[in-house]
This record gives sequence, structure tokens and C-alpha cells, in this order.
Amino acid sequence: MKKLQSTWYNMVIVLTLICAIASGVLAYVNNKTQGPINAINQKNLEDGIRKVLGDDKVAIPEPEKLEDGTLIYRTEKGVAVQSVDPLNASFGGGLTVLTGFDTDGNIKGYTILKTAETPGLGAKADTWFQEGERGCIIGMNPSKNKMAVTKDGGEVDAITASTITSRAFLRAVNAAFHAAFGGDVDVCTNASAQQKSDEGATEQVNN
Amino acid sequence: MNYLKVLFNGIVKENPTFVLLLGMCPTLGTTSSALNGMSMGLATMAVLIFSNLIISLIKNLIPDMVRIPAFIVVIASLVTVLQMLIKAYAPEVDKSLGLFIPLIVVNCIILGRAEAFAAKNNPVASVLDGVGMGLGFTIALTLLGAVREILGTGHVFGVELFSENYGALVFVLAPGAFIALGYLIAVINKIRG
Repeated sequence: MKKLQSTWYNMVIVLTLICAIASGVLAYVNNKTQGPINAINQKNLEDGIRKVLGDDKVAIPEPEKLEDGTLIYRTEKGVAVQSVDPLNASFGGGLTVLTGFDTDGNIKGYTILKTAETPGLGAKADTWFQEGERGCIIGMNPSKNKMAVTKDGGEVDAITASTITSRAFLRAVNAAFHAAFGGDVDVCTNASAQQKSDEGATEQVNN
Repeated sequence: MNYLKVLFNGIVKENPTFVLLLGMCPTLGTTSSALNGMSMGLATMAVLIFSNLIISLIKNLIPDMVRIPAFIVVIASLVTVLQMLIKAYAPEVDKSLGLFIPLIVVNCIILGRAEAFAAKNNPVASVLDGVGMGLGFTIALTLLGAVREILGTGHVFGVELFSENYGALVFVLAPGAFIALGYLIAVINKIRG
């Protein structure tokens, strides 16, 4: 077949057709995958709640929804809170953390629900703050412990070369605590976000 | 046309990373570990094969003056479809790789091969070119990721070679990517003669 000439008419028709077909395909695939994706997200959330509360049978109630999108699940084994970094100043943005507290506000566990941090650096937040790791926050209580990185005068070791992610993570955990147990958000941890620009070079991996 | 030659062309002679120096952003950005590098390479290869196939099938329908926007629409749609399928049916892959998938759209290897090869050759050769170039890219990224991970953390593919405390963190960070890539290109070009 001979190649179509670049006339105005041909170009408009071809581009319109290609876009229409592409949109059609995308709409179809989106329609087909939306169900499974939602089911996976819901399952991740339920698994996460059971994991952070350390009980794999606990019944999951309807969440309390706060204005900023924070979700609070009060179960008989403690409180699980889905929260975001209130300043949205993590390295990749949109860091969403699920934190489990016992009834006194001590941290029982956490898991990262959504992250866009740099793989190999900030993405280590998934394991870094767990029991037995260097930045362990399990057992801490945001009303008694200073939940900030050591650089900001807090008690938590930041992830090596990923201070911005660590700060955002701790802000999310603090926000979770205050959403569930009340009290003021620690000013110190919020202030640290302004240093993002100074530290950017350390964590920057070019994409 | 010698199909075998087309296939191996991308792996050694015209390796997209070490010889053509295409797609440097994902190469430097995603190779903080061997596994990340390999995952990015494989995902790119999948898109490259299908984009080469589709573009070589429709090449005569696309007027020359609008070929670039047409190619980009095809590539971006493929990447989006891939991302939705991975999210829905392979959540484990999505966890480790999800962040890199949208980056594939702007990978110049894909547009480069569409323009330089698929738009001029038949579908079979274009698919083989996609496989060869994809493999070349995957091998390069895995190699670079392995070098950076070993020097930076003492691990490779989860196996500990020496304690992380003796690793040079700079190799996991951006400057180490440039240093490691520079030396790898030098070594590869020496071997190629």
C-alpha cells in the first residue's frame, strides 16, 4: 500500500482516528481492570489493618472519615489509622501510611499503603521503622516520645540518605495519632519540611 | 533481510545503552539495584515489542508530517494499558515496579526504534528488533544495577557478598550512577574493539 500523503485532510483524519481508537482501547481496559484493582486495594487495606494491629482475625468496622481524608478504624484490638503526610512534602508525594495503636496510643505496627518514594532509598520506609530495624518506632507513643528524626532533635533514626521521606513518614504517623487520640500536632515535625529544598540534592535520583 | 542479525544487533553491536547511549534517564534513575534495573528493562522490552509491531503495521496509514504525535499516542496508550493490567492482575509486580511504568512513555529508545526501524521495516523484523533492543537494554540495566548494588550495599539480588557497612553509599545515589555507567561504557567499548 502506498504511504498516505501529508495533506491537511489526511493528517486531521488519521490523528483523530488514532486518538479515538486509543481512547476506546483505554476505556475498555480501564473498565475491565477497575473491579480487580479496587478489590486488591480493599484487600491490601484489610490485610494492612490486621497486620498493624497484630491480629489476623480482628473484625474491621466502618471507618470514621475526617475532613482531610484520614480514616480511623476503631477495633477491639486497638485503633488503625490511615493517614497521609499533612504537608504532602514526601519526596515522591502522596505518602499514605496505615498505623496501628493500642488503646493507650502506643504504636503496634505500621505499613505503607501508597508510596512514590525512590526505590532503594526512600522506599525503604516500608521496613526501616519496623521492629528490630535501625529506625524502629514500634512501641513508641507520640504523646510521650518525640517522634521526629534525630537531626530535628527527635528519637527516630532517619533512613540513610532519605531524611525527607523519614520526616514525611513521621508526620503521617503523628497525624494518625492526633486524629485518633486528639492533642496538637507537634510543631517541630511540621517545621522541618521547609528544609526540603536544602536536602533535595542528597535524595535526588534523576528520573 | 537477515532476521538473526536484526535480533542480535540490539544486544551487542548497537546496544541502546552502552553504544547508542539512548534512554539515559531510566538507565541512571532506576538502577539503584540489579532487580530494579532488570524489572525496568523487562517492562520497557514489553512495550517496545508491541509498539514496534503496531507502528510497523500502521506505518503506511500515517502521513509523515504527523508521525511523531501518532507514535507517541500509540506508545502512551500501550504503557497505560500495561500499567492497568499490572495493577489489576500482578499486584506484586506493581509494588516493586509500579513507579517506573509511566516513565517508559518518555524513554527515547522506544520512540527512537519506532522512528528508525519500525517505520521502515516489516512487522516480523520490527518485533525482532524490539526483542533485541529490549534484551540489550535489560542486560545493560541489570549489569549497571548489579555493579551499583554490589559497590553500594554489598548485596546483589538479595545475596549478601559483604557487610552493608563497607558499601560506598555514593554508588546507590545519583553520582554513583554516572561513575559506574562511565566505567561500564569504557569496558564494553574496549571489549567490542
